[in-house]
Amino acid sequence: MADSTPLLSVRDLTVTFPTQHGPVRAVDSLAFEVPRGRTLGIVGESGSGKSVTSLAVMGLHTGADVTGSVVLDGQELIGLSDRALNGLRGRKMAMIFQDPLSSLHPYHTVGEQVAEHHRVHFGSGRRAARARAVEALAEVGIPEPRRRAGEYPHQFSGGMRQRVMIAMALACEPDLLIADEPTTALDVTVQAQILELIARLQEERGLAVVMITHDLGVVARVAHDVLVMYGGRAAEQAAVDALFTSPAHPYTRGLLDSLPRLDDPDDAPLRAIPGSPPSLLDPAPGCAFAPRCARAARGSEEERARCAAERPVLGGPEGHPAACHFPAHEGVAP
Amino acid sequence: MTTTPPPLLRVRDLRTTFPGRRGRSAPIRAVDGVGFDLAAGETLGLVGESGCGKSTTGRTIVRLLEPTAGSVSYDGRDISHLSQRQLKPLRRDIQMVFQDPHSSLNPRQTVARIISDPLLVQGSSAAEARERAVGLMELVGLIPEHIDRYPHEFSGGQAQRIGIARALATSPRLVVADEPVSALDVSVQAQIVNLMERLQRELGLAYLFIAHDLSVVKRVCDRVAVMYLGRIVEIGDKERVYGAPEHPYTRALLSAVPLPDPAAERARERITLLGDPPSPAAPPPGCTFHPRCPKARAVCRTEAPVLRTTARGEARQVACHFPESA
Repeated sequence: MADSTPLLSVRDLTVTFPTQHGPVRAVDSLAFEVPRGRTLGIVGESGSGKSVTSLAVMGLHTGADVTGSVVLDGQELIGLSDRALNGLRGRKMAMIFQDPLSSLHPYHTVGEQVAEHHRVHFGSGRRAARARAVEALAEVGIPEPRRRAGEYPHQFSGGMRQRVMIAMALACEPDLLIADEPTTALDVTVQAQILELIARLQEERGLAVVMITHDLGVVARVAHDVLVMYGGRAAEQAAVDALFTSPAHPYTRGLLDSLPRLDDPDDAPLRAIPGSPPSLLDPAPGCAFAPRCARAARGSEEERARCAAERPVLGGPEGHPAACHFPAHEGVAP
Repeated sequence: MTTTPPPLLRVRDLRTTFPGRRGRSAPIRAVDGVGFDLAAGETLGLVGESGCGKSTTGRTIVRLLEPTAGSVSYDGRDISHLSQRQLKPLRRDIQMVFQDPHSSLNPRQTVARIISDPLLVQGSSAAEARERAVGLMELVGLIPEHIDRYPHEFSGGQAQRIGIARALATSPRLVVADEPVSALDVSVQAQIVNLMERLQRELGLAYLFIAHDLSVVKRVCDRVAVMYLGRIVEIGDKERVYGAPEHPYTRALLSAVPLPDPAAERARERITLLGDPPSPAAPPPGCTFHPRCPKARAVCRTEAPVLRTTARGEARQVACHFPESA
């Protein structure tokens, strides 16, 4: 690739939680890269491991066993002390969550909370930090930032709170922004505003963005590259256009086929995927998607046995790998 | 004019007002003059953003909430002022499906009990009710052998099937479904949408389908009503409202929905609204949408537009001083 090293490079990331039913592998052997100025969309349903992945990159898992490699701007994060990670969080990488209200302190004004970031990370004085906070609120599109800095989180709407979270996340000019379902709790008109804001800030600052979502529409709107996760593993990785025009994994195909769409006639029944996402407590020995898979179901007895018994590894063309024994890559018979 | 039979459900000028916190805030007019008809076997989609009053409308129609004013007629009979005792026979006919399947099912009751409860209330014997519950489980795609299990033993999609089976136990003609698929995983939503469509065909159900997801609503409904701050701003046949929206809010709402198609997303022109929906405790004067409306003029700030048929024709009404067709 022409671009030198990517800003974020994740290799063989595995996250295991001890539970009373034994260890649960929530993320298994995941690998991906995010260059500066680009957005990786991580798509998955409940239990897919998409949120666990983002917390692992941020080093926010306590009590979990995290192995593999997470390299941010040349520095390995796995194995770093909490102290060292604290120094990187905010300054190099930052995260925003689905529910901004639970991430903001109810007793402090919004201005104080944004200002605190500057004080902690840059050792700014009170007055300078306060001025920077007002600037930061203005930058994320909060009207009357000087007045609103003196208000409390409950006085803000959901969309305005998410703007505050973005202002806090970007206060120390990180290189990487991880956004975990940042618009899921918001109304669709407000979602559009927040997605536009993130895109503008990315363009202005060359941010690398990881956008975690269950919504394929959001992915289509904001992502350059996509990682589809299922049962804690990568199912498919591709550039956004390739993923939507020629999905290789039957799960991706199934998701796209099952969506009701604004731009489709509603004449035929939706092609639903049968069953439900798998439980991580009791992983199947073979492909996690096999029990629900249309490709496996129409395969020969031999093929079905292979899907049920043998776990597929990520493979296929460069730039568009899929973890499937019978992927539908372009030009390859499915 | 020949006399036509009354629609299955007729709602007129429905208002549901919640008292404000004592002395501190104004009353909240969550539903502020909503009216529509729903024919037997038809689906009306009720869409809008949080706080627009769509769920309150549904809950008022089934009388989980008391209306402040207006009327709700079922099969030609005004039921909005009946006592709960007088309503009991009508409960057979009008049922509800809720958003969160797990929290709307009693975790201490078996599926048999959950599904047969409405029948027991209506006077069936225990044996009859259980037999009917087995049949309903088959109807909604559950395994009848699981009848003595508890809700936590089912996935979200299966739990929603239980909720649907319970709603169908008394053979209703009208089902009010409040966000029935929005708590489910994407891959499971289509299963429930297909199930609801099949049940409608087989049983002749009418649905009032309340949801914030415009793609799902377009999929299931015949007609759609768009709500903003307690009122309907546009209502009509699905093809018209989705194909050629006339209210600026409907247009903005549709253009904000992300399409699962990167090329279409890049090519699209989006109307981005400024600001958030205002509070129903302090609605703006005039047209309540005017502070966010790209087309607002002086009259919009002072005069509330009424819902009326526009130049384009019969099957759609819009509450706007300057609809697209004008």
